[in-house]
Amino acid sequence: MKDARLVTGHVSTVDQAHAASSRPRVFRRLLRNPAGLASLIFLVVISLAAVFAPLIMPHDPATIDIHAVLASPDATHWLGTDGSGRDVLSRLIAGGLVSLTAAALAVGVAAAIGIPSGLIAGYYGGFFADGATWIVNLLMALPGIVVLLAVRSVLGPSLWISMAIFGILMSPAFFRLVYAAVRSARSELFVEAAMVSGLRDSAIIARHVLGAVRGPIIVQTAILASITLAIQAGLGFLGFDDSTVPSWGGVLTDAFANIYRQPQLIIWPSIIIALTSVAFALLGNALRDELGRTTTRRRGAKGQVEQTSVTRSASLTPLEPGVLLRVAGLRIGYPNSDGMAEVVRGIDLEITRGSVHGLIGESGSGKTQTAWAILGLLPSTARVFAGSIQFDDVDLLDRSAVSGVRGRRIAYIPQEPISNLDPSFTVGSQLIEPLRSVLRMSKRQAIARSLELLARVGISDPERTFHSYPHEISGGMAQRVLIAGAVASNPDLLIADEPTTALDVTVQAEVLDLLREIQQDSGLSILLVTHNLGVVADICDHVSVMKTGQIVETGPVEQIFNHPSHEYTRELFGSLIDEDDVRPTPEPSPSRSDLAVTR
Amino acid sequence: MTLFVLRRIGAGLVLVAVIVVLAFFLLHFAAGDIARTILGPTASVETVTAKRAALGLDKPLLEQFWLWLSSATGGDLGRSWFTGQEVSSSIVTRATVTVTVVIGTTLISAILATVLGVLAAVRRGVVDAGVQVLSVLGFAIPGFIIAIFLVDVFALRLGWLPATGYVPFSQSIVGSLRSTALPIAALSIGAIAAVAQQVRGSMIEALEAEWVRTLRSRGLSTRRVLFRHVLRNAAGPALSILALQFVGLLGGAVVIEQIFAIPGLGQVSVQAAASGDIPLVLGLVLAITLIVVAVNLIIDILQGVLNPKVRVS
Repeated sequence: MKDARLVTGHVSTVDQAHAASSRPRVFRRLLRNPAGLASLIFLVVISLAAVFAPLIMPHDPATIDIHAVLASPDATHWLGTDGSGRDVLSRLIAGGLVSLTAAALAVGVAAAIGIPSGLIAGYYGGFFADGATWIVNLLMALPGIVVLLAVRSVLGPSLWISMAIFGILMSPAFFRLVYAAVRSARSELFVEAAMVSGLRDSAIIARHVLGAVRGPIIVQTAILASITLAIQAGLGFLGFDDSTVPSWGGVLTDAFANIYRQPQLIIWPSIIIALTSVAFALLGNALRDELGRTTTRRRGAKGQVEQTSVTRSASLTPLEPGVLLRVAGLRIGYPNSDGMAEVVRGIDLEITRGSVHGLIGESGSGKTQTAWAILGLLPSTARVFAGSIQFDDVDLLDRSAVSGVRGRRIAYIPQEPISNLDPSFTVGSQLIEPLRSVLRMSKRQAIARSLELLARVGISDPERTFHSYPHEISGGMAQRVLIAGAVASNPDLLIADEPTTALDVTVQAEVLDLLREIQQDSGLSILLVTHNLGVVADICDHVSVMKTGQIVETGPVEQIFNHPSHEYTRELFGSLIDEDDVRPTPEPSPSRSDLAVTR
Repeated sequence: MTLFVLRRIGAGLVLVAVIVVLAFFLLHFAAGDIARTILGPTASVETVTAKRAALGLDKPLLEQFWLWLSSATGGDLGRSWFTGQEVSSSIVTRATVTVTVVIGTTLISAILATVLGVLAAVRRGVVDAGVQVLSVLGFAIPGFIIAIFLVDVFALRLGWLPATGYVPFSQSIVGSLRSTALPIAALSIGAIAAVAQQVRGSMIEALEAEWVRTLRSRGLSTRRVLFRHVLRNAAGPALSILALQFVGLLGGAVVIEQIFAIPGLGQVSVQAAASGDIPLVLGLVLAITLIVVAVNLIIDILQGVLNPKVRVS
């Protein structure tokens, strides 16, 4: 996993740096985003129309013309007249001012309450945070419109009071956002550094923390504006706004009341409400996209890749006797902004039956990618564009062929034990599932076999572990469970990707001993991916040294250890002294009784 | 698990208590001279005083609250100030209607949102883009505008479904389905948009989990890993959003019931709010809080079933 993270991680750091340097240009980028630009233009037009309403309204929105009730659109009344003979266009324009101002009020109140309380709760935590979170849950348990109706029942129909209260009801949206962002920003190093250097809290909040949440706040504002408009129109529709001021909801109500007599009236208020809401939501989305451009950019390069994909040598030649797996000329790449980042650059690898082959190299050298390619489990964005992988008589680059041997003849032990178990299922159910669905065992057989395997990998109480959930067992135990799962099908080849890296030093030794024991008992072959020379010395027969996607040296372990021919291999030995987690080679492996104590 | 459920029930009851107390005092403080409001400005001082005594409003507020609370715990929420009807009985009959519509909406949204979210997460590309567009539209266009559009097309122009009215399930199954089809459709779209988005997001996240690769390395088929493992892990966050949506749906139902002339809680709420009928408003707040708490409890229990870690925390 580490290698893949490095590949993607590299791209995103570059993009983040880019984003950070061009924050002020987000607005300019927004103008180049079609949806963002369209919504922005629309909202500006609507706002201008609202502000200059008195100048552009063709009629007085309140003037009643009883001779022209429900008139169809004509030269004087462009959009017709409503049930009281008032000009619909004028009422919509005048209503815009009311609706937008009211929405601004609600969002303003929500921001004024939610942002400061979120900052304080997130920064200081403790009692205030607990209390605030409790109130937030309380506010979110009630439907807003019901609260507004209750308020209306005692305070009367005031749009402004309703919107202020709706603002309070929406404040959790800001609170939760800011709270979460501040919590994570607070643990960032730069904030800690600022605290250590004695900056005042208010200065830290203003300068470092607020900067981190500014973008999300703007996005949230646009989205809440959209929600407010909808609620407001809904209230107006229920007849709960001031009938003295024109509003979009009011126009809609009037039109709905007359839907049988003049159906076209319903169109305009619906469209204006829907479009404004959608415009706010789209603006929010566009802003979010422009603030976090990492994902979209990478997807853009995809087209280029498919052109260069798969020119691999297809024909299978029989492997020499004794050879179980042969990788030849393998090249793997990931699409990025420049086209393709090649992570494995033409490697050859041969594993003989019954041997342990180490694949060693630093993080990002492509060893995990190689392991995944053999399993046919590369990430979906990866492309194998040259080479062949042959296992016995099976072409492992053929998707259907590889799924026939995976879990039967080839097995996998991952690096990080806990995160490689599905947290929602017990250890036992994860062990028996492949036994039943892949190896077609009966349930009873599968349970018996799983318990036997758990005992085999040195778990002292198999029954209990079987019924545990992954979060209830230790990392070392989880790695044993994963080994049990891997060897369940008596595979010919075991691919172990840094199987000891995530474990405590004492547990590392136990797991290595277990792997060696299993290998010797069943005579399977192991491809052991590691960055640790000690591990190679401990368990491997052969070793290949990998650097930046290429194998620089390969051979029997003693030969490489005694006479490293490549400069990089010598460097590796040189750096060995710096690594503190390496087990010195001559140390005797602990006996079984020692293990019982450490466990 | 029992302890977990009991703790959730306890938290729910605390919530109900806090909201009811707040509602009672805020409503009475804000209301001013209620007897005068009911009788209007022309009534004499004597009749107003008599009315005040009849409604028990001359007693201290704390005593009023105690009286209300003690009868409320026995199921008696008093009588409407205007119609004289029992609050509890008029709420219970209306609540069944609203709950039927809202639960129907929740189930339909959950199913459709799961299908759309999974498709968008797994297929990406065009399907994903389509779901994204639908999400923005469904989120931003108010439900009642969709409702009006649906009435206009399917009831008025095509005449396939009734524009208004409600037929109880007990009376006619077909009639009931026909009468709730449009309201449920109108309410669902927003909920589908929100939940599908969450399903998509948490599916993508779960698909990137390391255990997905390990399960596949065991020889399990992609389909099996997807539906048995990834979907199950993605269900938790989606359920949380569904619970939030349910609260929103109850609110949305208020407006939707008005459009389709459905005799549910929404209609009573509008009436009660328009007339300032405090006993009825209080009863409604209590009823709606109870419904929300009950639904949240069900969702919490489902979360506990889905996610073993929730049970212990």
